[in-house]
Amino acid sequence: MSNLLVVIASLFYLALLFGVAWYAEFRLKKGKSIINNGYVYALSLSVYCTAWTYYGSVGRASVNGVEFLAIYLGPTIAAILFWPFLQKMIRICKTQHINSIADLISTRYGKNFSIAVIVTILCVVGVIPYISLLLKAISNSIHLLTGPTAGNSSIAGFLDDKTFYIAAVLTVFIILFGTRSVDASEKHEGLVAAIAFESIVKLIAFIAAGIFIVYGIFNGFESIFTPALNDPELRNLFTLGDKTSYGTWLGLLLVSMLAVFFLPRQFQVSVVENNSEAHIKKATWMFPLYLFLINIFVLPVAIAGKLIFAGTAIDADTFVLALPLHYGHQLLSLFIFIGGFSAATSMIIVETIALSTMMSNNIATPLLLSAKKFKPAQDGLLSRSILHIRRISIAIIILLAYIYDKTIAQNQSLVSIGLVSFVAVAQFAPAVIGGLYWKDASKNGAIAGIFAGFAVWFFTLVIPSLVSAGIVNESILQNGLFGLSWLKPFSLFGMEGFDSITHAAFWSLLFNTVIFVSVSVNSKKTSTEIYQAEIFVDIFKHSARQNKIVWQGSAYLEDIYSLLDNFIGTGKSEKIIKNYAARNRISLETKKADPALVNFAEKLLSGVIGSASAHIMIRSATKEEELKIDEVISMLRESQQIMELNKELRRKSAELKKATQQLSAVNEQLKQMDLLKDEFLYTVTHELRTPLTSIRAMSEIVHDNEDMPPEEKQLFLGNVIKETERLSHLITQVLNLEKYESGRQVLNLTPVVFNTLVKDCINSVLPLAKEKSVLIEARIPNSMFVVRCDADLLIQVMNNLLSNAIKFVEEGTGRIRVWIHAGDDELQVWVEDNGKGIPDELHEQVFDKFFQARNQTLKKPQGSGLGLAISKKIIEMHQGRIWVENVQDKGARFIFTLPNR
Amino acid sequence: MAAPNKILVVDDDPYILMSLEFLMKKNGFDVVVARNGTEALEILHKQMPQLVLLDIMMPDVDGYEICRQIKEDPVLESIQVVFMSAKTKDSDIRKGYELGASLYVTKPFSTRDLMKKIKELLAA
Repeated sequence: MSNLLVVIASLFYLALLFGVAWYAEFRLKKGKSIINNGYVYALSLSVYCTAWTYYGSVGRASVNGVEFLAIYLGPTIAAILFWPFLQKMIRICKTQHINSIADLISTRYGKNFSIAVIVTILCVVGVIPYISLLLKAISNSIHLLTGPTAGNSSIAGFLDDKTFYIAAVLTVFIILFGTRSVDASEKHEGLVAAIAFESIVKLIAFIAAGIFIVYGIFNGFESIFTPALNDPELRNLFTLGDKTSYGTWLGLLLVSMLAVFFLPRQFQVSVVENNSEAHIKKATWMFPLYLFLINIFVLPVAIAGKLIFAGTAIDADTFVLALPLHYGHQLLSLFIFIGGFSAATSMIIVETIALSTMMSNNIATPLLLSAKKFKPAQDGLLSRSILHIRRISIAIIILLAYIYDKTIAQNQSLVSIGLVSFVAVAQFAPAVIGGLYWKDASKNGAIAGIFAGFAVWFFTLVIPSLVSAGIVNESILQNGLFGLSWLKPFSLFGMEGFDSITHAAFWSLLFNTVIFVSVSVNSKKTSTEIYQAEIFVDIFKHSARQNKIVWQGSAYLEDIYSLLDNFIGTGKSEKIIKNYAARNRISLETKKADPALVNFAEKLLSGVIGSASAHIMIRSATKEEELKIDEVISMLRESQQIMELNKELRRKSAELKKATQQLSAVNEQLKQMDLLKDEFLYTVTHELRTPLTSIRAMSEIVHDNEDMPPEEKQLFLGNVIKETERLSHLITQVLNLEKYESGRQVLNLTPVVFNTLVKDCINSVLPLAKEKSVLIEARIPNSMFVVRCDADLLIQVMNNLLSNAIKFVEEGTGRIRVWIHAGDDELQVWVEDNGKGIPDELHEQVFDKFFQARNQTLKKPQGSGLGLAISKKIIEMHQGRIWVENVQDKGARFIFTLPNR
Repeated sequence: MAAPNKILVVDDDPYILMSLEFLMKKNGFDVVVARNGTEALEILHKQMPQLVLLDIMMPDVDGYEICRQIKEDPVLESIQVVFMSAKTKDSDIRKGYELGASLYVTKPFSTRDLMKKIKELLAA
């Protein structure tokens, strides 16, 4: 086949990719995205299948049989079982605006610059062999198509080397293809479409090859497998056999499972370019199905090649293309070549774009921004600079891959080089998985773990390849590093019996994980790390409802709601917004929020968290801007202060409420007192009116009847005098009581010998008692009781109690006893009579003012009705108590106490 | 039939009772006195006075109650009731008239005025 035809076909294919990408972006501009669905997403994930799959699987299968399947079983298991992990990564990356694996790790561990640089460098170092192997694959396939020409395997002769031209063309193509957009953060809609298209092309081409070989050359699977089963060597290919231990299988499963998440290109298509978490569901079955389809013909083709090319030197890695060529099918061969070309280019494109993004974002741009000469004020300079950096990065990556190919990779198969990269990116697994599910994971732990893992990887996988390239002395393989036998790259610590990949994967991941965990546990975390850990691990708590999160710019109602919910309260914000929308005739049917509504939301928030914070929050919701950590921290501080302020306010208002309650209670009391006062006054006037009535009536009678007999006149006038006395007594009592109750009475406290006081009082009422033939008996101990009290007031009390007693006993049989009991801390005085007693239910009421007036006996009330009320007041003023009991058989006993001081 | 010129005076204050008894006798009335509500009700049924001078605040049965019983009893209904009370609030006075009293006199009162009004009531 002519060189020209192959070149034209290749260039035509690349132009077709351009067309696909252009069409996708054209559709996007019209608002009809062709990639925003689960099918395209699943197809784009299939960038996993590279030329390694296309050519290398057959090569691997022809040596190790079904062992190659492990590389596809790993991702299959991952897709089916671990999609929640993918979803969590997507959610985190969307909400945190993460666009590479390096970005993810650095963001998780405190947005640390150095960790981003480390991960980026390790990605480049780890993945460049892989890119170089695909360059080699393209070059090999062209070589096969165009027939043997003067191949050159040294760098010096690159001008005669096809691979160099392939690399150059690809560099130009990728720069044109991947860095057209000025806005570096924009998503690559066209890229995804092109990748999906490439996945279709390579699948169809490979199946076409398979069908031709199985049904065109042979007569179906049976005609291939039957002779193979009879061949003792080929029979082994159907089983894991002796060459492949279960340990190797497990190792490959694990490594490929991790690679499908952490290879830069896989991360790019599965996370960065993802449009909706809903697409994951489709991918969980479509991606494994794709892997299954592309592997169906691998073993048959491998055996067919073995059977047909037995005894020749044809590389098994090229069977897919070599078989149709061998049978002279030029056009089919060209198509199969294009399939392999697409498998290789899709990987190279995505991988270099992902790597160049990492290099420019994590290394070059930070350096650029910190350079003093750089003035970002100049319009567009930054974005143009970034674009240039990316272009240069792409060129560097492909150049490095070319150099690797020419210097080191010459003697290795496709698969083994690919696996070296797999093990390399698997080193990110502990830091990423730990970072997503373990809050204690720390920056130091991540850096230490990744370093350790890479060191082991470099030693066990890269050093041997450097040895085979003649760069490193071979003795290290035989005798170990520094001649230490336990430091041999292929049998570290004396571990034998595994293939180099499993061996390397085991040790690197073991060191990585153990160091990551132990350093994390023992290291202090910065506040930023703790904050990021919180956001990453609990991302579903922090981000909006599942599947409803929207990532493209501008404000969505859903976002506004969830933002307001945080500050105003769930449900309440929606109600307020709905009210506002109804008032202002704003439609809530559209997904995007009306600008007026956004303004209103900001104002609402301002009331809660202050205007500056509200502005930042709303801006973050509307333009999807990333919050800088110091902004977040100051906002948190501010809201902390607000919370404290609120707490203070709540406390104050609770106090106010309490004070109000107390005030209203006092008010109620005052009203009650006012009522009582009214009642008291009314009762007093009533009590005054009664004696006044009789005085007036009697004096009028005497006045109007001059002819009255003198005795009668005497009687009336005598009564007038008595009533006048009663009236003045009443007035004195009322005034006294008022004085005691208002607290204006000052106690004149002097030491009083209480025995004497009581005796004096008894003596003063004796005439009254004798008049009524009432006996007064005093039981007063000889010992002296000295009490500090107001003697005048206590004499009032005693006289009141004694005269009451005299009043209420029967004439002749009346008997009154006065006792003094001295307790430890109080003095008790009893005044006991043998009258008719007081009913139990009235025992408290008798001390009320005018109780007597309101509950008069049949007889004319004697006294003012204030005596007991006054007595009670006086005793209480002395911190004593007064009460009444019934004497067992008959009569009442009034008791008062005075504290012993 | 009510006994003509017979007046019942009810009050728990002995001096008021004494004074009014003296006054009524002096003016030619047939006077009966009661010192509480129970006593008053007994006398009312036995003696059928033409008019009752009635105090309101009394320990057992108050004046209002006695008045109500008089006005509800078809036999006693015609007896004229004159309240004399230290209760001076408008509401108290209104209550007295609502119960069917012919007159409400507040304490202290002029005995001359009282006699004059009683004579007028009995003459009408």
